[in-house]
Amino acid sequence: MPTFNLKINNKKHTVDTDADTPLLWVLRDEINLVGTKYGCGIGQCGACTIHVDGSAMRSCLLQVSQAEGKNITTIEGLSEEGDHPVQKAWLEHDVPQCGYCQSGQIMNAAAFLKENPNPTDEDIETAMDGNICRCGTYTRIKKAIKTASKL
Amino acid sequence: MTKIKTQYNRRSFLKVSAAAGGGMLIGFSWLTGCTSDKKMDKIAVPNEWFDINGYIKIGDTGLVTIYSPNPEIGQNVRTSMPMIVADELDVDWENVVVEQAPLNTGFYQNQFAGGSLSIKLSWNALRMAGATGRRMLLEAAAKEWQLNVSDLSVEKGIIKEKNGERTVSYGEIASKAVGIEIPEEVELKEISDFKLIGTSIKNVDGKKIVTGEPLFGLDFHREGMKLAMIQHPPAFGMKIKDFNEAEIKAMPGIDDAFIIDTTIEEPDWCDEKGFLQLIAIVGDSTWQLMKAKKAIKANWETIRPLESSESHLANLEQALLSGKVGQSRRDGNPEAAFKKAAKVIERTYSSPFMAHNTMEPMNFFANVTDSSAELIGPVQTPEALEKSVSKLLNLDLENVTVNMTRMGGGFGRRLYVHFGVEAAAISKRIGAPVKLIYSREDDMTQGTYRPAYRSTYKAGLDENNNLIAFTVRGAGLPEGPVFPNRFPAGSVDNYAAEQISGETNITTGAWRAPRSHFTAGAEQAFLDEVAELAGKDPIDFRLELFNRAISNPVGDEYEYDAERYAGVLKLVKEKCNWGETKPGVYRGVAAYFCHSSYVAEVVDLVLENGQPKIKNVWCAVDCGIVVNPDGAKHQIEGGVIDGIGHAMYSQLTFDNGVPNQMNFDTYQMIRHSQAPENIEVFFIENEIAPTGLGEPGLPPAVGALANALYQATGKRITEQPFSLNMNVGEKQLLG
Repeated sequence: MPTFNLKINNKKHTVDTDADTPLLWVLRDEINLVGTKYGCGIGQCGACTIHVDGSAMRSCLLQVSQAEGKNITTIEGLSEEGDHPVQKAWLEHDVPQCGYCQSGQIMNAAAFLKENPNPTDEDIETAMDGNICRCGTYTRIKKAIKTASKL
Repeated sequence: MTKIKTQYNRRSFLKVSAAAGGGMLIGFSWLTGCTSDKKMDKIAVPNEWFDINGYIKIGDTGLVTIYSPNPEIGQNVRTSMPMIVADELDVDWENVVVEQAPLNTGFYQNQFAGGSLSIKLSWNALRMAGATGRRMLLEAAAKEWQLNVSDLSVEKGIIKEKNGERTVSYGEIASKAVGIEIPEEVELKEISDFKLIGTSIKNVDGKKIVTGEPLFGLDFHREGMKLAMIQHPPAFGMKIKDFNEAEIKAMPGIDDAFIIDTTIEEPDWCDEKGFLQLIAIVGDSTWQLMKAKKAIKANWETIRPLESSESHLANLEQALLSGKVGQSRRDGNPEAAFKKAAKVIERTYSSPFMAHNTMEPMNFFANVTDSSAELIGPVQTPEALEKSVSKLLNLDLENVTVNMTRMGGGFGRRLYVHFGVEAAAISKRIGAPVKLIYSREDDMTQGTYRPAYRSTYKAGLDENNNLIAFTVRGAGLPEGPVFPNRFPAGSVDNYAAEQISGETNITTGAWRAPRSHFTAGAEQAFLDEVAELAGKDPIDFRLELFNRAISNPVGDEYEYDAERYAGVLKLVKEKCNWGETKPGVYRGVAAYFCHSSYVAEVVDLVLENGQPKIKNVWCAVDCGIVVNPDGAKHQIEGGVIDGIGHAMYSQLTFDNGVPNQMNFDTYQMIRHSQAPENIEVFFIENEIAPTGLGEPGLPPAVGALANALYQATGKRITEQPFSLNMNVGEKQLLG
């Protein structure tokens, strides 16, 4: 099995795995970073969203071989103390219900707010449309993103 | 003060006291990590813990652990259930940590998440647990100071001498409370004395969720455990014959591949009825298992007819004509009334099968030995799983343990326990602990789906536009959607309702607000049309019917409280400024009673590029006492979005027994841009014991949406999903 050197949350990891393994499963099975969630495996639900060099990406579609040399950030590394403005806003609005999709929602929102610090409602909808929540927390997510944009 | 006998629970409380010091949790390092995430700034981690009763453990520093008995599926009971205990116990919420209790039928009753029943069924037990603990701690202090309990007061976990200076904290006295006899009777607080109940306390797992800590079944890890995936037949009605076992076993990273049989003698309602034999593949890497799954070449045999959506529709139509009637009700003579009616209207409504699509796919951990089975994972009915596994493996119930993780959604899907049974069968076969993981495709195509429904409603008005006859015949595959004794039963002289069952091979089950999700949409849309035919305002028309049910009810009984039903309609009418019109904004109303709660909703929408955009939803709710107002609002908001989403967009269709939608590229779920822009929730204030909220917010959203869409388009959309049956054009454009 080939070896890959990864930089995840500012830490170096070496993994032996099939080259086509999606980063999602490397994170979950090999590195025990399980905050990144499996939802669909085909880039349709957003539960597995991570940051690659600062941009939001679906880790279920990113092969480990493509992740070498990149700065990977997962929900566990978004902030040291869980106090990223998006995380704080999520807690302020008590966004989660079941909570399963929320790390993906948060990672997507955090990357999007960096690009667009003062989004309109429409900007938020467009940016977040790839993240599904079955519990129906969408209105709170929108409010939390607006709050985060002011923090 | 309300006095309440503790006898009902005495035995179970005593059992725990006997185990005092040992701790209740079985000490999984992973699961004890699943305590709530509150940072203990004010209070030190205890050196010693004292079990007060099955719900409460107090540490020597005053830290209090409250066990949340029921499974958490997103309905927020891990916060709201301990709040009730803590209020009666009189502790500072800042000093409380919450732990998930394991399944223990000796300690707890009703340890399941279903029917929006957690708070309703446990209200008294939770209050009693807190009040009993408080009483025992007070008695311990009284004994210590040679006083009577009546000489003491307590606030936030500090016991004070009323006529003196002495104080003692729960943490300091807890060791002495352990041996105290359980009081025969305890006093419960007056509702006006609640300190925590009625306040918006945040989700106890919030911080862990937003920082991605392991909480869910799929996150569970045990050193040395294997991973497994299954492959079920591609079509309902098929069974596995054989597969390329040797080839699969030889694939990289695959330890084993075999067929498991999960047939249980005398299966229960919660057991699998479709795919009892499955191919199981075992390895160490999810990705390698997924690749091996793709390489399976299997022979399947057809053992039952392979059904398609066309045959489902034909079955439903046939069932409506001549199907077997189950529950029914009849008042007066509807046929005669229709004959003399001045106006008669009839409409048929339908909805397709739907998948649950919890965001966390089915999974379970099992560790089976010759003499025991240990199960850990997401399940709404742990007791049912315990029973099924004990039957499958021929183990005594006491040798099967079930622990619940937080669940990435339930919605009824995890009431059915086959995934836990399958994990147990795999673990037994390989003789090692294993975590079974469903792919999204497995999850969507081996469902316990929401049934497909079709109901025909008919109403007759007299020359004065009074409703004189109302009938409904509702068929479902396999269960009919009609609740014969719900509204408008009791409010119409000539009334008939019939629930009709149809046959299907497709496995179905409870899906958030079973039957109500469809019936509320159909009935409330139909009543809107009847009101229009009568030339009456839709809210006034409904209130007129409730008045009839209150003043001069028809028949012996009906299921709802008409005053409370009317109450939520009146509240929503006031809050939304009903009657106010805005150009280009279209409004619909609906009200529904289910799971013992009453909800009325008004939807305002506009059309943008032919698509509905929901601007606002007003919700008025009567669920009795509101335990956690913000959490309660959240449940209603979620129900509204979920209800609108599924009515608008979702369906599962079949061809020759094969589901056509297998993942989110083809199965449409509501997304951010389709959700309402704003939702406002208002509660009726009363002192009625609390009832459920996980489900009742959903059903009326379907009717209110349908009625607003009619206002917008001039078209009554009777078939779900609405988005496929709209042919949208604004009413004005249609002329």
